[in-house]
Amino acid sequence: MPKEKLNILESTCVPLPLENIDTDQIIPARFLSATSREGFGDNLFRDWRYNKGGEPNNSFVLNNKKFYGKILVTGKNFGCGSSREHAVWAVYDYGFRVVISSFFADIFRNNALNNGLLPVILPETEVLILLEMISLDPSLKVRIDVSEKKLEIPSAGKSYTFELNPYKQECLIKGLDDIDYLLNMKDKIVEFEKRKGI
Amino acid sequence: MASKTLFDKIWDAHLVRSIEAGPDVIYIDRHYIHEVTSPQAFKGLEERGIKVFRPAQTLATADHNTPTKDQHLPIKDELSRNQVNKLIENCRKNGIDLFGLGHQYNGIVHVIGPELGYTRPGDTIVCGDSHTSTHGAFGAVAFGIGTSEVEMVLATQCILQTRPKTMKIKVDGEIQKGVTSKDIIMYIISKLTSGGATGYFVEYCGTAIEKLSMEARMTICNMSIEMGARGGLIAPDEVTFSYLKKTRYFTDNPFELKIFDSWKNLKSDRDAKYDADVNINANEIRPMLTYGTNPGMAAAVDENIPVSEKAGEKPSSSFLKSLEYMGFSPGEKLAGHNIEFVFVGSCTNGRIEDFRAFAELVKGKKKAPGVTALLVPGSKLVEQQIIKEGLLKTLNEAGFELRQPGCSSCLAMNEDKIPAGKYAVSTSNRNFEGRQGPGARTLLASPLTAAAAAVTGKITDPRDLM
Repeated sequence: MPKEKLNILESTCVPLPLENIDTDQIIPARFLSATSREGFGDNLFRDWRYNKGGEPNNSFVLNNKKFYGKILVTGKNFGCGSSREHAVWAVYDYGFRVVISSFFADIFRNNALNNGLLPVILPETEVLILLEMISLDPSLKVRIDVSEKKLEIPSAGKSYTFELNPYKQECLIKGLDDIDYLLNMKDKIVEFEKRKGI
Repeated sequence: MASKTLFDKIWDAHLVRSIEAGPDVIYIDRHYIHEVTSPQAFKGLEERGIKVFRPAQTLATADHNTPTKDQHLPIKDELSRNQVNKLIENCRKNGIDLFGLGHQYNGIVHVIGPELGYTRPGDTIVCGDSHTSTHGAFGAVAFGIGTSEVEMVLATQCILQTRPKTMKIKVDGEIQKGVTSKDIIMYIISKLTSGGATGYFVEYCGTAIEKLSMEARMTICNMSIEMGARGGLIAPDEVTFSYLKKTRYFTDNPFELKIFDSWKNLKSDRDAKYDADVNINANEIRPMLTYGTNPGMAAAVDENIPVSEKAGEKPSSSFLKSLEYMGFSPGEKLAGHNIEFVFVGSCTNGRIEDFRAFAELVKGKKKAPGVTALLVPGSKLVEQQIIKEGLLKTLNEAGFELRQPGCSSCLAMNEDKIPAGKYAVSTSNRNFEGRQGPGARTLLASPLTAAAAAVTGKITDPRDLM
């Protein structure tokens, strides 16, 4: 399905300075029984966000009113573990459009890009500095420019270039997805099958 | 011609198109699907008004949220029941073979595919499940995908993927007594860390790997994802071929055995270059156990928990948070710690050899009082084999019962949950917070180490009981 387009985004950030956050933390398995893509945001980081009794855990960052915005900044190896795309749907449904980390698990990164969620990779030390800056100033704004592949922190005069292959860059900017691309080359696929005797 | 790795040979043979400065379009030979990650994909196809492109190359099972008791009754949980029914409906509409709940071949997707002969050398295999890497044990390029990608494969039998880098992990030496392939892979992950192979496709080789059975090789490839690898494979050899010859597909279709000849050359060229090389000495590997909340946080059962991730460095807040969740202190001794649950099963260790190992160790002993054991075969065929070999009798005599097949407590989508705060020695693949139930504390181990814990009620080195 065509996705929401993403090109320029300026937003405050939510800091989550933990490493190796796996997709079971992002969305626990017991919430995977749904058959639609919507509504997973309510259970994003469920077991960190709520106590056993279901009341909000005030020490968790999503329950801290100081921090809000469309950008999640987090520790390395974000999204490791299960391939569940529900994790990306949960992050997106909650309202995030960009996740910044020093590296992402492969399947999570693919899933994110297939859903219009941009994973931005910065060097580990820069992520740590950014996390520190946000905790000192929750109103700090980060500007993402997909067509320029740039991340800027205007108030600090910082600017970084991030990696994104041109194909995915175009998909994000135009709100296209891979299935459209593949459906358009069905002839090629059938030809391949014939050649291989499949 | 330049030398190639086995991975590159298979990838190149399935390359339909290379997008300039973008991903590759890869043709998929075999697509496994299950109830949890497929409904949104089928819905996507419906919204586009298209049907499954190659239903004969798609195979379905219900495993993730199915109960492991009373499988003849309707599933109690409404959402799970709805999801399983949706799979039945989607398979029927699209002409996909389904080995659903109650079927004689039902079981965990990564157990049934190989044991029935659907997983083959040289194939590209995907499934909406990260442990699809399991199938790499047959010399296939197999990897887990998300639901959007499931939709792509259903729609076009192709997927867009960036070509991963290659890593060779060579395990040489003698595997010691009491050490299983689970310990080998846990040892490797503990060395490389849970993100250490991210971006790579691994090939396992070496004298220790060559000696392993297919079941043991599947355990190794299965956990490739736990160090972040896109997948892991092992070149096929006589062990692979004789396993495949005994599977249902080839006993039913003996005239197809000529296909085996085409698999004999599936190996990396001798001087093929990898992007990374890792050498492991099998002699050094002891029975392993995790102590933290990711599979990289593991030590030998007879070791103490480290005081930080890297010797001589200050522990990180993530490390301390992890130990706090587990109720452990830095430097604490692992052996002797009380445990309450034991789980044997999953796509990692739910095969016949795993139950043989468990039964062998508990034979003539009794389940420790206060221990709840969940023994869950990976499939109906594994369940039958357990009975046929008399293992069930051994297990029953030792005070254990066998449940029905499914993913069960590995991810606790069904009722098989470990209660908050309780310790479970589990033969599964993930010790993430809450993985086996909210607040559950998972200690990953081999079936032998699980058996040792089950009869002593404590973390126990299985070599002490052998």
